[in-house]
Amino acid sequence: MSHATGIKYLKKDCLPLMWCSGCGHGTVLGAMLRAFEELGYENNNTVVVTGIGCWGKADDYLLTNALHVTHGRALAFATGVKAYNPKLNVVVLMGDGDGVTIGGNHFIHAARRNIDVTAIIVNNLNYGMTGGQCSGTTPAGSYTSTTLYGNPEREIDVCALAEAAGANYVARGTVYHGMQLKNHIKEALNKKGFSLVEVVGPCPTQFGKKNQMKKPVDMLRWLKEKGVSKEKYNKLDNPQGEGYFVIGKLVDKDAPDFNTRYDEIRARAMGL
Amino acid sequence: MQTKLLQGNQAMAEAAIYAGARFYAGYPITPSSEIAEESARLLPKVGGVYVQMEDEIGSIGAIVGASLAGAKSYTATSGPGFSLMQENLGMAVMGEVPCVIINVQRSGPSTGLATKPSQSDIMQARWGRHGDQSIIALSPATVQECFTVTVKAFNFAEKYRVPVILNADEIVAHMRENFTMPAPGEIEVWDRKSPAAAPDQYRPFEPDDDGIAPLAAYGSDYVYHVTSSMHGYEGYSNNNPATAAWKIAHLHQKLERYRDEIVMTKSFDTDDADILLITCGSTTRAAREAALALRRQGVKAGVLQLITVWPFADEQVKSLGRNAKTVVVPEMNYSGQLAGEIQRILGPDKDIRRVNKYNGQIITPQDILTAIKPD
Repeated sequence: MSHATGIKYLKKDCLPLMWCSGCGHGTVLGAMLRAFEELGYENNNTVVVTGIGCWGKADDYLLTNALHVTHGRALAFATGVKAYNPKLNVVVLMGDGDGVTIGGNHFIHAARRNIDVTAIIVNNLNYGMTGGQCSGTTPAGSYTSTTLYGNPEREIDVCALAEAAGANYVARGTVYHGMQLKNHIKEALNKKGFSLVEVVGPCPTQFGKKNQMKKPVDMLRWLKEKGVSKEKYNKLDNPQGEGYFVIGKLVDKDAPDFNTRYDEIRARAMGL
Repeated sequence: MQTKLLQGNQAMAEAAIYAGARFYAGYPITPSSEIAEESARLLPKVGGVYVQMEDEIGSIGAIVGASLAGAKSYTATSGPGFSLMQENLGMAVMGEVPCVIINVQRSGPSTGLATKPSQSDIMQARWGRHGDQSIIALSPATVQECFTVTVKAFNFAEKYRVPVILNADEIVAHMRENFTMPAPGEIEVWDRKSPAAAPDQYRPFEPDDDGIAPLAAYGSDYVYHVTSSMHGYEGYSNNNPATAAWKIAHLHQKLERYRDEIVMTKSFDTDDADILLITCGSTTRAAREAALALRRQGVKAGVLQLITVWPFADEQVKSLGRNAKTVVVPEMNYSGQLAGEIQRILGPDKDIRRVNKYNGQIITPQDILTAIKPD
C-alpha cells in the first residue's frame, strides 16, 4: 500500500491553513485525514462535526460532509446524526474549551450513552481564538490573559473524565508524536462506541509565551519531554509535580454502543 | 374514522408520527412531558429513534443533526427549556435545517408557576435568538388543532427548509377532548425537496426558482457542509459582505414570499362584527364563548383566531380590525404581546381593549365580558 496522504479529503483551494505558526492543528488534521484514508472512508459517508474555536475551524479544509455548530454543542449535534443514521462515520472535532469546558455536560453524556462517534479534542490549555483566556484544562498556577497571577483553579483530566463516564476507547497523544497520533485516531475511528483521542497541542501565540515557552520549538520540546508512556510515567519520582503526562492508549473495551442497544429496544417495541 | 378522548400533548405526538417524523430528542419538562412520553412509546414502533438528551441545548442540537441525516425531527419543551434552546434554534435558522420545536408555554419568568398556563413566549418565539432572522410560529386552540397544526408545522419546516415553532400553551396541551384521528393520506404531508443536480454540482444553499434550496441527506451521494457561520451557496464559511447581505435577506425573504400560504387564521362571526376579539391558542375558546354571549345580548361580536402567530397576520388583522368599533385582545400575559402587534397594524388611535391575566389562571369568558363592559 502506498503511503496515505489524506489528500482526497482536503480542500486544497483553502490552503494555506489559517492557524498561527507553531500551532499543532495542521498536524492533527493531517493525522486524521491519513487515518481516514487508511480506513477507506468515503467523503460522502463521513460527517465531521466541529464546534467553535481554532480547532473548530478544521471543517473549512475538508471535502467530507461537515457540520459546524455552536460553541460546546458539537457532540449533541453528532449524537443526532449518528443515532438516526448508524452507517455514517461521525467524527467530532473540539478544543478543550469547546469539548470539556462549555461542552462538559455533553461530553460526559455522549460517553455514558456510548454513542458511536470519535471525539478528537485538541487540548492547547487555553482559549486560543478568543485571546488566550483560561479554560477548564488550563493547569493550576498557569498564566493566561485572565489568570494574570496564576490559575487558581485545577485542570480537568480529559481522558480520566471520558473513562469515568464510560467511553469505550480513550487515548492521549501529542502533536509532537505524529505517527503515534495517527494510529490512535485510526484505532478510535475503528472502535464501536464512544471513543476519545485527546491531543495535547502547542499554542505558542497565546499560551506558550505567557508560560516560559516563548518560541514554537519550546512548546514542541515540552511535548516531547513531558509526554511519556505509562510505564515511564510510573517510574518517575514526582511525575505530576514535574509536569509529566501519560500518552498512549488508556481505555479499550467493547460495551455495546447506543445504536446496538436501541435496535434491541426497537425490536421489543415492535414485538419482534 | 376513530374518535377518542385525547390530550393535546398526545395529539401533537401522534401528529408528528403522522407527518413522518422519525426522530425525537428531548429533555423532560412540565407541561410538555407527555409529548416525550408518547414519542418514546410510538417512535420505536415505526422504526424511529427517541433519545433523551442531557438538556434542552443538546436536544435541539441532536434534532438538527438528525434532520441533516435525513430525518423529520422534533423536540418538545416548555418555558425555561425553550429559553435554553434559543442559540441552537438560531443555528437551525442559519443552516436552514427543517425541524419542529414544540414549546408548551408555561408561567414565568424563570421557574415561575411551573405547571401553570401562560402565553408569554409570543415574543420569545419571534425574537428569542440573537441576530436578525425570521421564524414561523403556530398556535393550536383545540386538541384536534394540536394534530392538524402539528402536521402543518412539519410541512412548513420541510417545504421552506426552516425550523418551525409550535407555540402551544398548557391549557390546550393538558386538555382532554374528543379527537378524531385522520386516516393516512387524509391530511397532506410534504417532504423536503431533494437535489436534482449531479453530486459534484450540488450547492446546498443555492435556492431554486422557488426560493428554496434542495437539501440532501448526509450519507447520500451528495457531500455538503452546513455551518453556523455566515456562508454562501457552497455552505463553507464566508465573511464576504455581499454574501452576508444575501444570506440575511434570504432568511427573511423566503418566508415573506410564502406569507399567504403560511399565515393561517380562523374567523368566527366576524363579517359584521362591531366587537372583534383577536386571539391565539387556548384563549380563543374563552373568546368564542364571550362572543356568543354578546350575540345573545344583541351585540355583534366575532373572533379572529391567529393560528399562525409568526409571521403576523397583518392583512387579516387590518381588514377585519378596520371595520370593528372595538378590538379586544385577551391573552395570558401582562405586557400584551399580541395586542402590541395589533396596535402596530391598526394604528395608535384604534380602540384596543387589552384583557391580560398573568396569575397562572385561565382567562374565562366572564373575564372578557367584564373587561369590555362600557364604562
